[in-house]
Amino acid sequence: MGYKAQFRVWRGDDESGELRDYVIEVNEGEVVLDIIHRLQATQAPDLAVRWNCKAGKCGSCSAEINGKPRLLCMTRMSTFDEDELITVTPMRTFPVIRDLVTDVSYNYTKAREVQSFTPPPDLKPGEYRMQQVDVERSQEFRKCIECFLCQNTCHVIRDHEENKEAFSGPRFLMRVAELEMHPLDTADRRDTAQDEHGLGYCNITKCCTDVCPEHIKITDNALIPMKERVAGRRYDPVVWLGNKLFRRSSKKS
Amino acid sequence: MTVGINAPGRARISVRNLRTDRWWLPPLLTNLGLATFVIYATVRSFMGQWYWVNDYHYLTPFYSPCISESCVPGSSHFGQWIGELPGWIPMGFLALPFLLGFRLTCYYYRKAYYRSVWQSPVACAVAEPRVKYSGETKFPLILQNLHRYFFYVAGLVAVINTYDAIVAFHSPDGGFGMGLGNVILLVNVIMLWGYTLSCHSCRHIAGGRLKHFSAHPLRYKLWTLVSKLNVRHMQLAWITLGTLVLTDLYVMLVASGAISDLRFV
Repeated sequence: MGYKAQFRVWRGDDESGELRDYVIEVNEGEVVLDIIHRLQATQAPDLAVRWNCKAGKCGSCSAEINGKPRLLCMTRMSTFDEDELITVTPMRTFPVIRDLVTDVSYNYTKAREVQSFTPPPDLKPGEYRMQQVDVERSQEFRKCIECFLCQNTCHVIRDHEENKEAFSGPRFLMRVAELEMHPLDTADRRDTAQDEHGLGYCNITKCCTDVCPEHIKITDNALIPMKERVAGRRYDPVVWLGNKLFRRSSKKS
Repeated sequence: MTVGINAPGRARISVRNLRTDRWWLPPLLTNLGLATFVIYATVRSFMGQWYWVNDYHYLTPFYSPCISESCVPGSSHFGQWIGELPGWIPMGFLALPFLLGFRLTCYYYRKAYYRSVWQSPVACAVAEPRVKYSGETKFPLILQNLHRYFFYVAGLVAVINTYDAIVAFHSPDGGFGMGLGNVILLVNVIMLWGYTLSCHSCRHIAGGRLKHFSAHPLRYKLWTLVSKLNVRHMQLAWITLGTLVLTDLYVMLVASGAISDLRFV
């Protein structure tokens, strides 16, 4: 039950580029990545696209389809009308290398800036014991496939290149939250979340949650709880007074 | 056009966005909804009449608690602490600023008005119109971090609204009575509690701030309950705007004599 679809694909590099039109065969059950591969095989052998698993688990084929950040391999052609023009562009937050391939090294830089897991000093690897109820919040964030669609859609850096230095983006603020909530992590990450990773830039407009292919509740379960923890640490005089009066440690229980 | 999506090195695409869906519809509806409520609430708060039904003891939430000598007899459930108010101060002045603050700093409403009013961003992957952006790092938006204080006061106001709803089971002869107004007041209060307790600050205070749930089983249970409510926070935010308007409108219509209360008992 095939049909001919109209595709408009961005072709170019970091110097220049254009949206180029193609008419291409589509068969039942295919996803956008299948069509991009058919384009490579038939009409555009030099079309660059990054991909790997075709199963929505490697996070390689992130792009924008009709202006929405999506995984190419998880976007079914059956979600479009047969006469619909389908526009495919690279992610618009990162520098383009060629065609649909972008340079996502910003994310690796930000990943390295997050202080690594810090277990108690007297606990050796292999001795880690924790209860499921304590670790399940962090486990939700481990579903991340590093597709960087959340980073791509976040307006803080998408629309403001100058914020890239100060803001780590939702993916790595979620990593900070993951460690902050981890039962065996001893580091206090509330100050660094605000000062070094730019949590205050986030205005919780939830686009990161909207585009996450793993359906992680990034905003509700990671970013807002981190904002609340930072508020308790930095902006709550009652907590500060309670800590002083009762000689409580500012560390969490 | 912002420089962001046209920053050096990024794909050269001239249009602001390539979305083909009706991305402008949700912010438009949000603006209409918020504007309708703000206009209605402002007009009613300053109207100064038709907020109390003496026969049935219905008091609109916009005037509760009513603590000045400007309030009509009977409507001041907690006494009259201060003298007559000038017309430019609403009679519900004690609670209204905190309720406004609670909603303004609410994590859902922030999303709603940052997107629809401030267009930052108006929709996902649609470029925002401003060149500079500092988020909630500077004054005044850094004050959003005070949300939990407004939550505390909103909890107290919900207790007052609950009291108002209970004392409204009143008949003109002084005994127990019940009418459609009671149902409306009660539904409004239940929804207000739902919205207040589903707040993200409440979720944090209930147990979200803990590192080890296993050491605090009761608070974990509480956090789980609040988390279940929390996923409905957006719906409850809108429902309560509706129930507040409906409750006030009903009390106004009965108090003005435009309609009669439908009495059950």
